Amino acid sequence: MIRRKVVLHFPREKVDKPIVSKLVRDYGLDFNILKASITPREEGLLVMEITGEEKDYQRGLEYLENCGVRVQPLSQDVARNEDRCTHCGACLAVCPTRALYMDSESMQVIFDREECVACELCVKVCPPRAMEIRY
Amino acid sequence: MGKTIQEINERIKSGKAVVVTAEEIIDLVREKGVEKVARRVDVITTGTFGPMCSSGALINLGHPKPRMKIHRAWLNDVPAYCGIAAVDLYLGATEMAEHDPLNEVFPGEFRYGGGHVIEDLVAGKKVRLRAESYGTDCYPLRKWEAEITIHDLPDARLFNPRNAYQNYNVAVNLSDRVLYTYMGVLRPNLGNANYCSAGQLSPLLNDPLFRTIGVGTRIFLGGGIGYVVDRGTQHNPDVPRTKSGHPKRPSGTLAVMGDLKGMSPRYLVGYSMLGYGATLAVGIGVPIPVLDEEVVEAAAVSDSDLYAPVVDYSVDYPQGTGRVLGEVSYAQLRSGEVEILGKRVPTASLSSYSRAREIACLLKEWIQSGRFLLTEPVELLPCPVRERGGGK
Ligand code: SF4
Ligand code: SF4
Repeated sequence: MIRRKVVLHFPREKVDKPIVSKLVRDYGLDFNILKASITPREEGLLVMEITGEEKDYQRGLEYLENCGVRVQPLSQDVARNEDRCTHCGACLAVCPTRALYMDSESMQVIFDREECVACELCVKVCPPRAMEIRY
Repeated sequence: MGKTIQEINERIKSGKAVVVTAEEIIDLVREKGVEKVARRVDVITTGTFGPMCSSGALINLGHPKPRMKIHRAWLNDVPAYCGIAAVDLYLGATEMAEHDPLNEVFPGEFRYGGGHVIEDLVAGKKVRLRAESYGTDCYPLRKWEAEITIHDLPDARLFNPRNAYQNYNVAVNLSDRVLYTYMGVLRPNLGNANYCSAGQLSPLLNDPLFRTIGVGTRIFLGGGIGYVVDRGTQHNPDVPRTKSGHPKRPSGTLAVMGDLKGMSPRYLVGYSMLGYGATLAVGIGVPIPVLDEEVVEAAAVSDSDLYAPVVDYSVDYPQGTGRVLGEVSYAQLRSGEVEILGKRVPTASLSSYSRAREIACLLKEWIQSGRFLLTEPVELLPCPVRERGGGK
């Protein structure tokens, strides 16, 4: 029995299709959706925890990829280099979970690690490259 | 009743000057009224911190032995302009390192450019110099490679032909594809609205008719001292204005210059704009001498009285149609959401308000402690409204 967190990137035309429910029906996997949102490219983005047998998990992943869904394992962490962040706010436009938000009092951009799903969308959008992928 | 800059400087020297930031003056005027504030306050400090592409460093390398007339030069592989005297060069903020893939794989990352070299120099880091020449009788050296730091340079000046835009566009995207612009990532179908001004803290929005800021004004530049050396390129003060005289479109600009050696990497930061290019975020703070009540009135405007034009960056901006979708106030922009064409749109800024505030506070401290005196502009910047004697 394994339990893994993954990020699924759905192409925009597939967002509504019941691809994920097939994982339960045809592959015997259990899943728990942690976060769901739409990225700037209007892809669907699902963060979920999948539980099941290793071989079912591998087959399930294969099935997802055949459907055009990009599967990104959530093994890494996104952290902020506080020295480089200028609190400009450019990342606010892309963060799908509001892990990055503006504090209206200090006018500083707060990074809430708890809310971050490590989708990496902010990494290349941050002008001084303060958001870093840590392994 | 008016004050002169000499009188204000006397008060600064004797440690008696009253200095407030452009944020603080708003409430002060609400409480005490323009007249009282004009009498009490001597200087209003402003600040802005954001990407300013028209920036660069003017560098003199000092001659190697034998001497050299540099024809081509690179700093950390970023080409510098060498079409001036022998060992002088100009390193532009948006120049990219050689062999950068640019936008070949779209959107390009633009990891390292001129702005980053400037940040590294100011941080005291070693920078790799490569220079070539064809050799002359007076300047025989043909190749020069060295590691340099800012301390090795006889001269290193920041010289920015256009900074501190007085107001700027709010960028949106009406198309159905994502756009990567100098205004950041714009999501399709009015997905977000990006703006870039410190609004009520911004230098030129606090002196909308350039009554005090002119050629020779001493300023906070990149963490050190600089000067306004002229109007900036594209300085265009002849735009629609509010009743208080504040421009509702991008308007005036400043050309600024200062000694890079006294500056800090906290206020000069290399930026990479995804799919667009590299640039330099510059921190600027301009002191405004309280000469009379009019100065106070103009500086006391708040974000709710300042308006920016909303512009579509899918067609209107790139094609230069001049179409404006509407106007929104900086207070609305700062609230995190604005209404555009009937849709609620989340906003994000590219200009750091918190760092603009930090700069205005730092400049205030410098003036209060007597280490920063004001200068008399030798010439005011062009502004038809002021020249016609208007403004109201
Ligand atoms: S884009 Fe980068 S620098 Fe700007 S607020 Fe976000 S994390 Fe900080
Ligand atoms: S990786 Fe960045 S964009 Fe994605 S959730 Fe975390 S903070 Fe937000």
